[in-house]
Amino acid sequence: MTFGVEDVSVTFGDTTALRDVTIEVPAGTVVAVVGGDGAGKTTLLRTLVREASPDAGRVSAPAKAELGFLPASSGSWAALTVAQNLDFAAGAYGLTGAARDERRSELLAAADLTAAKDRLASQLSGGMRRKLGFLMAIVHRPGLVVLDEPSTGVDPVSRVDLWRLIAQEAASGAAVIMSTTYLDEAERAGHLVVLDGGEVLVQGSYDEVRATFSGTVTSASTPVREAWSWRRGHDRHEYWPDDDASADREVVAPDLEDIVIALSLVRRLAGVSA
Amino acid sequence: MIVKEFRELLRDRRTLGLLVGLPLILLVIFGYAANFYVDHVSAAVVGPQAEQVAASLPELFEVETVDADATDADARDLLRDDEVDVAIVTGSGAPTALIDGSNLFAAQTILGAVNATAGKIEPEVLYNPDLTTAWVMVPAIIGLILTFIGTIVTSIGLVREREAGTLEQLAVMPIKPGTVILGKIAPYFLLAAIDMAVVTVLGMLLFDVPFNGNVLVFALGAAIFLFAVLGIGVFISTISQTAGQAIQSAFFVLLPQILLSGMIFPLDAMAAGVRWIGYILPLTYFTKISQGVMLRGAGIDSLWPSFVVLTVMAVVIFTAATLRFRRDLAPERKVRA
Repeated sequence: MTFGVEDVSVTFGDTTALRDVTIEVPAGTVVAVVGGDGAGKTTLLRTLVREASPDAGRVSAPAKAELGFLPASSGSWAALTVAQNLDFAAGAYGLTGAARDERRSELLAAADLTAAKDRLASQLSGGMRRKLGFLMAIVHRPGLVVLDEPSTGVDPVSRVDLWRLIAQEAASGAAVIMSTTYLDEAERAGHLVVLDGGEVLVQGSYDEVRATFSGTVTSASTPVREAWSWRRGHDRHEYWPDDDASADREVVAPDLEDIVIALSLVRRLAGVSA
Repeated sequence: MIVKEFRELLRDRRTLGLLVGLPLILLVIFGYAANFYVDHVSAAVVGPQAEQVAASLPELFEVETVDADATDADARDLLRDDEVDVAIVTGSGAPTALIDGSNLFAAQTILGAVNATAGKIEPEVLYNPDLTTAWVMVPAIIGLILTFIGTIVTSIGLVREREAGTLEQLAVMPIKPGTVILGKIAPYFLLAAIDMAVVTVLGMLLFDVPFNGNVLVFALGAAIFLFAVLGIGVFISTISQTAGQAIQSAFFVLLPQILLSGMIFPLDAMAAGVRWIGYILPLTYFTKISQGVMLRGAGIDSLWPSFVVLTVMAVVIFTAATLRFRRDLAPERKVRA
């Protein structure tokens, strides 16, 4: 089963949040949506869960009972315990009694939260709370799991834990789409989508994205063209869309961060002499 | 720092409204509404000497009914049904002025005027013989407590979901918007009902406030009133992003209810320019019902106008508020998915 959006555009007043976006989220795959602030990541996810209304295009998503969603906020009720939060979410999806208890135990064990089951959500660390939110989103074994920046603000150890859970959910057959600002996470996804200004700059597997990327990225302490450069460590990387880099520049193999920034610059500086 | 503060303040319309609007509201209310002096009271004169006695009454008495055939029982009915503030019963001896003690300030004024007749008219205060302030205030305070819970506590409870982002979570779950609203409101409805019962019983035990009417009539009035104030609470939650904003907005709703509903200053003593505000406030009508039932033992047959107005208010406010809330939970589709 493949979910997704086709030629979707979403506007808020005079602002176009998404323009002609087409994305597929196949079952058993993690799709990572990356992009800077205001790129349209959250709007895309909200459109998939029918919280934002498209002005044009088609949305293919399951019914609410088959949908799991973790919003950008904590996704859990602060004054409820971990177990109560899970039970509420389970109840909302019709999971009750022994089946609910069994599922709760299974999820808590998988997320290493069994010992914290009676703690209030407000007393959890950021990472534990995001894990709880994720468990609430998948408690009913949904066909489509939509996660809005699940790992933002989460410490590295918890991020690894969270990724393991997300990957397990996809492996069990769910279609997972998540937004993230961490490009290393996006590289691990089966399919990644780079958004900027509401438009898809590129999408595919990490290898496909790298293979289709054209132009040259160079590294130097001072760039030739400031507008086409960005800081990486102590140096500045510079993008040459037409492969016409100065001979004195060191050419580097672009990683995902370079690709995302370079493609964003192309879009923003269209018309500016390269 | 000062410039930054002014810039923030100028963008915070609610605080600005509070700063500019509140002094104006207080000035208007205390200037035109804060008046304990009642300069006219509605009166009925019954019995064989009704015509003569009515003609001899001081200017304070605005005689609305003169009925020579009516009896003492008819006069008491007029008072119970809140038709008049005083009913003067004439007969062979000195006329008796039956005074409605549930209308405290009017009753005090009438008693003063009757006492000034030096025995020509005998006073008899009904429903609140000692004109105890607590007897009049407790039924009104019950309404105020319901307003507090329904408006402030409910709006904060709903806004908390928005602040925490869990409203979005609820919207995506397969729970109907109506069920979400019901689930959010039912606990407050129940808590307010318990609070109401506790305050009513405590008022009766501590201040000897009587409960002369039908409990079911009282409960029905309270339930309708609760829907109205819960509706206001839900509405406030839809126009607030934070608990602080909700409290600010609720303050604008609560203040007029306290000052202009007649629970402190008598409506009849207010200038017409502000009195109309009192007549569009739900607490005004609940106070009429609670005082009527508890003190005068009034029933639906005489309180029905207040019930009708309150019901219309509750339906309009609650429907409008829940429709707005539903919009947050289920955004309108521009394109069918």
